[in-house]
Amino acid sequence: MSVETTAFRIADDVRAGRARAVDVLDAHLANVTAREGDVHAFNTVTADEARRMAEAVDAAVAAGRDPGPLAGVPIALKDNMCTRGIPTTCSSRILEGWKPPYDATVVTRLAAAGAVFVGKTNLDEFAMGSSTENSAFGPTFNPHDVTRVSGGSSGGSAAAVAARFAAASLGSDTGGSIRQPAALCGVVGVKPTYGTVSRYGLVAFASSLDQIGPFTHDVRDAALLLETISGHDPLDSTSIPQPPLQLLGEIDRGVAGLRIGRITDLPGGSEPEVEQRLAEAFEALAAAGATIVDVELPSLKYGLTAYYLIAPAEASSNLARYDGVRYGSRVEAADTNAMYMATRAAGFGDEVKRRIMLGTYALSAGYYDAYYGKALKVRRLISDDFARAYERAEVILTPTSPIVAFPVGSKVDDPLSMYLCDVFTIPTNLAGHPAMSVPFGTGAHGLPVGVQVLAPTLGEPVMFRVAAELERGVR
Amino acid sequence: MSESTPGEKFMIGEYELVCGLEVHVELATATKLFSASANRFGDEPNVHIDPVTLGLPGALPVLNRRAVELAMRIGLALNCSVQPCTFHRKNYFYPDMPKAYQISQYDQPLNVDGWLELPGGKRIGVERAHLEEDTGKSTHVGGSGGRIHGSDHSLIDFNRAGVPLVEIVGRPDITSPEEARQYVTELRQILVAIGASDAKMEEGSMRCDANVSVRKPGDPLGTRCEIKNVNSVRSLGRAIEYEARRQIALIESGERVRQETRHWDETDGRTHTLRTKEDADDYRYFLEPDLVPLAPDEAWIEEVRASLPSLPRERRARLSSATGAPADGEAIMVVVERGQDDYVLAVGDHGADAARALVHVKEAFAEQGSEPRVPVADLARLITLETSGKLTATQAKTVLAEIVGAGGGDAEAIAAAKGFEAMDTSELEAMVDQAIASNADAWAKYCAGEEKAMGALVGAIMKTSKGKADGKAVTALLQSKRGS
Repeated sequence: MSVETTAFRIADDVRAGRARAVDVLDAHLANVTAREGDVHAFNTVTADEARRMAEAVDAAVAAGRDPGPLAGVPIALKDNMCTRGIPTTCSSRILEGWKPPYDATVVTRLAAAGAVFVGKTNLDEFAMGSSTENSAFGPTFNPHDVTRVSGGSSGGSAAAVAARFAAASLGSDTGGSIRQPAALCGVVGVKPTYGTVSRYGLVAFASSLDQIGPFTHDVRDAALLLETISGHDPLDSTSIPQPPLQLLGEIDRGVAGLRIGRITDLPGGSEPEVEQRLAEAFEALAAAGATIVDVELPSLKYGLTAYYLIAPAEASSNLARYDGVRYGSRVEAADTNAMYMATRAAGFGDEVKRRIMLGTYALSAGYYDAYYGKALKVRRLISDDFARAYERAEVILTPTSPIVAFPVGSKVDDPLSMYLCDVFTIPTNLAGHPAMSVPFGTGAHGLPVGVQVLAPTLGEPVMFRVAAELERGVR
Repeated sequence: MSESTPGEKFMIGEYELVCGLEVHVELATATKLFSASANRFGDEPNVHIDPVTLGLPGALPVLNRRAVELAMRIGLALNCSVQPCTFHRKNYFYPDMPKAYQISQYDQPLNVDGWLELPGGKRIGVERAHLEEDTGKSTHVGGSGGRIHGSDHSLIDFNRAGVPLVEIVGRPDITSPEEARQYVTELRQILVAIGASDAKMEEGSMRCDANVSVRKPGDPLGTRCEIKNVNSVRSLGRAIEYEARRQIALIESGERVRQETRHWDETDGRTHTLRTKEDADDYRYFLEPDLVPLAPDEAWIEEVRASLPSLPRERRARLSSATGAPADGEAIMVVVERGQDDYVLAVGDHGADAARALVHVKEAFAEQGSEPRVPVADLARLITLETSGKLTATQAKTVLAEIVGAGGGDAEAIAAAKGFEAMDTSELEAMVDQAIASNADAWAKYCAGEEKAMGALVGAIMKTSKGKADGKAVTALLQSKRGS
């Protein structure tokens, strides 16, 4: 069977008995065999586990039972989501060999919907990075040009979908880690409203910003995945107490009458082709009946700075538990403190250490008010600016990334230029809002460009209407 | 000198003591503060664990509603305001702290601004009473003194990790070791009475740290030291007094008191430096992003308030008015602590003398707990026999011992079986005269002022009466016959 299809059609065909889940799986695993050596999307391929799941789906269909809305859909999981008995590394040496004794809530929900897990995907260590080059196990390469990065931190999940190793995947987005690799790899990527998808079982990077979301081939698939994984989870106290999002019905509603915000004071520095695609996206929406309105977001330019205080501060606390005492790798030493230090020195990569130090400093006595405290104020200002902008527009459009996929190694020695990759995506996380990246043509070197649709809290329905229109309007 | 009598200010030489207590209590919940594992003491190590308790990657805390309720009970019983609050992370490394941070409350605690009233009426301020999670328990094997430094290896039991604690921070209103003992004793009784904790210092379900400083009256507050590892009410008084004297000796010899945390050593009766202010951890507190703010509404607060039982102070006052005994006297303190006050009141309601009931219960019911097995009616009947003169105090005691032993019984029948019957005064007087006659030596000595000699006379009378004579009445008769 061909893999040039969507999750929606796979599930439809499997549920109807027109296709077998094992055949769907085999077709995707054949792609893995052919190209994984060049792409390196996975830390672990779980072919045996996938086969058992696919067989169970086929058996259910044969027995007249409905395996669920994702019946037989091969899905890849970012390797920072806990999977019972399957290594979960966060692409870090410090978690090497650890097999969680429990499944993340998203894993449980996907499995209950009939999904088939093909493997755990590569990421920047502990999701810290924008190119997946910070993985302890080596970078993930862009399926469109394997000399270039896949983006990050969920580069493996983006590449796995782009290379059709999986029909869909899950990533996590703390400052753009779903949307930026989705843009660079030419797939759809969604960062939902904070609290719509349970974080239970997602290894924390920055807890107040982290959110799980899907990578898919099209907007309808993204709606299908998000409907499946969203909804209240009593195991996550920050989970919004509401039923799963209803999105599939929004796809074909069009955008007539909607007001689309264009940020007049958007930080510059984007590649000209990226700016050109954004302009065309506005034109496409206007042609479909939407109105383009100008909005101002004066505090947006401080977003990156605030993010690089808040996220490392939380990370410095979240990553303190990796001490070699209870799980993961340990470097033996003379006493407990020496063991902590040796374990953490050997177990963490440079970027993780850099952020732990930044965050520890930002929270320290005497510096808290000047750094962490001030960053929290900026976070509030950004939310206020967005609130004013959303009085004038239902959604806002920006580029997802200022640049297309860049050559592997070109930015690794310049953390600040790497951080700038997330300038358009970070404010969304600070505000807790949803945003998604939709492929919209190509830029330099014929590489994919993504347009980002931003919406206010729980604005996913209107966000998906606009995203679907962009998908229809792409030239 | 340090001995203080009631109403007299406690002083050591020219110095007064300033002390504030921080008390941690483990809440009596079925499960842990943030997970569904059992909150239970004394089981095999590491059986009450789960991903949250162990701080496994990806695990998230979910607040235990019952723990919040118990914490609110504590706050309300200590006259605090219950207010909207938040949780913070207190970051530090230690092997028995699985997340490398403790979830606690920082600048917005659940309960603030209350007080605890000592039995004598003095109020000790309570600054706050906040929720937090307990750590695991480390056992350091080898080396000396059970400390991590120098040990061969350490064992960690995570059964205690995540157990809900309330930290009750008292204001520095305590001015003597005795007040500190009273504060902790009263607090313990309140916690047990409201069902918040079993509050056993020996088992560690109630832990007490003391902040101690000294000053001359009128001077500003002195530098304080925090004393840890105090494991009993008795040690608390000793540790505070030792520490105050240590600080005074430093000041008197021209040195300064350094702000530090000190460890009480029960064996040598001293405090020792644990860590100085300079090497104190920077806990880098920040808002716990995995939890949402907690804001109990008025309805919930009032529901919890309405469910509070009477507190020991109210119960002592009630018992005092029923018996005429002083509210902070030994009998009432003891009986209320045992939870036997309702029993005493019930005996009174049965028509018996409540004051006698208080004495009997205090003396004979030490092993009976808060729900004595002896039926109220049985004790009431005994007391009625006693107060109507049908049984002497000594006979009543003997009969009661039998009733207590059997878990109940008819006082009249037991008295009859023992041949106890009230003697009239003439019969007793005849016996006394007979005893004087047959123990002339003893009588002579007694008349010469040798009080001990009375024993032989009383013994003889008891023998003749087969124990029926009332000791008090006999003594009174002998005294009146001697003329004194």
